[in-house]
Amino acid sequence: MASGNPTTGEYIAHHLTNLTYGRHPDGTWGFAETQEQINAMGFWSINVDSMGWALLLGVTFCALFYAAARKATAGVPGGLQNFVETIVEFVDDLVASIFTHKNTLIAPMALTIFVWVFLMNLMDLIPVDWIPMLASALGVHYMKVVPTTDPNVTLGMALAVFVLMLYYSIKCKGVGGFFGELAFHPFPKWLAPLNLFLEGVTLLAKPLSLGLRLFGNMYAGEMIFILLVLLYTSWFWAPVGGLLQWGWAVFHVLIITLQAFIFAVLTVVYLAQAHDVPEDH
Amino acid sequence: MNLTLTLILQSVTFLVFVWFCWKFIWPFIIDAMRERQKTIAEGLAASERAEKDLALAQQRAADQLKDAKDEARQIIEQARLRAIQMIEEAKNDARAEGERQKEVARAEIDQEVNRAKEALRGQVATLAVAGAERILKASVDRGRHADLLNKLAAEL
Repeated sequence: MASGNPTTGEYIAHHLTNLTYGRHPDGTWGFAETQEQINAMGFWSINVDSMGWALLLGVTFCALFYAAARKATAGVPGGLQNFVETIVEFVDDLVASIFTHKNTLIAPMALTIFVWVFLMNLMDLIPVDWIPMLASALGVHYMKVVPTTDPNVTLGMALAVFVLMLYYSIKCKGVGGFFGELAFHPFPKWLAPLNLFLEGVTLLAKPLSLGLRLFGNMYAGEMIFILLVLLYTSWFWAPVGGLLQWGWAVFHVLIITLQAFIFAVLTVVYLAQAHDVPEDH
Repeated sequence: MNLTLTLILQSVTFLVFVWFCWKFIWPFIIDAMRERQKTIAEGLAASERAEKDLALAQQRAADQLKDAKDEARQIIEQARLRAIQMIEEAKNDARAEGERQKEVARAEIDQEVNRAKEALRGQVATLAVAGAERILKASVDRGRHADLLNKLAAEL
């Protein structure tokens, strides 16, 4: 922390602020120093920490799995290949049980989501102060290390999934078929506007809930870690805080895996729905 | 926590990672796994086949052994029968030979007897005459009594 002894509110706010690079209102680009500056930047800003960690973890995933893929042999597999194959087989079985259409993109996408989101969630288990303090020592004021606690990240992924949903819906059903699905359901055709409204909400709710569910879970988890840190201010409560943090971390192992799994499964489900061509109309 | 450009960048990043995984990771790992599965399946099938072959070969070997034993038993049986037969034949031959020898010997004996009889017959006349001469103390006219003497000799 930059300034000697922050208040509780400052401490929490500091932990929840992204390192932001963007366009200042005066037209110049640069890092934001305060929350006000971030707010002033509006849309034209980048959460450098979220993006950086997300990229780093994504590249880690790609590098690790690419190393395994390049040396993949049908003979006796090595340790890395075993590890990678276990995950690949798990995802493959999962996708095969949900997604019955012919599309080779879905399974690799589910794998990417599962592993990448898991890695991003995993950052939550690193004690909340380590990396921000290190960054602070290196002169970086803000550092939020868990990309999935940034709605931009989770909603960004959900947006990409949404775009793919629309793409495959139109590809498989045609523009008319897709429109028909939205307009002629659940009420008769003459109530098309009402149908469009209802189905539109349903459609938009999919990516929105997808992104917000992950964000909400991770944000809440991160918040609890931060709040438990506050117990360290008292000598008496510090061991209790440590114990609670440990307990929460153990529980969180389940949550981060589960959330990565849910994100991957729901993506596959949504894309399977996009591929479904209804037979009754 | 505004929605910012980060959102778009994250979408693009996500799609790039997905594309990378799709093109350069997934197919290779899945192919390797499928191929290994196939290899293992083939190996298992081959071992099963080999097991069946082995059982078959063992069956065949057992059959052949049994056949060989039967044949050997048959041969031994035949040999024994043949031996008995040969002994029997040898006995018969020996018996026949013995009979024949006996026959020959008997014939020779008969011949000898006949010859001796002939010899005796020749001498009996002389002896009888000599005896009669001695008994009668007179000389008997050999010429006159020749018929009588010959008759006597033939009766011997």
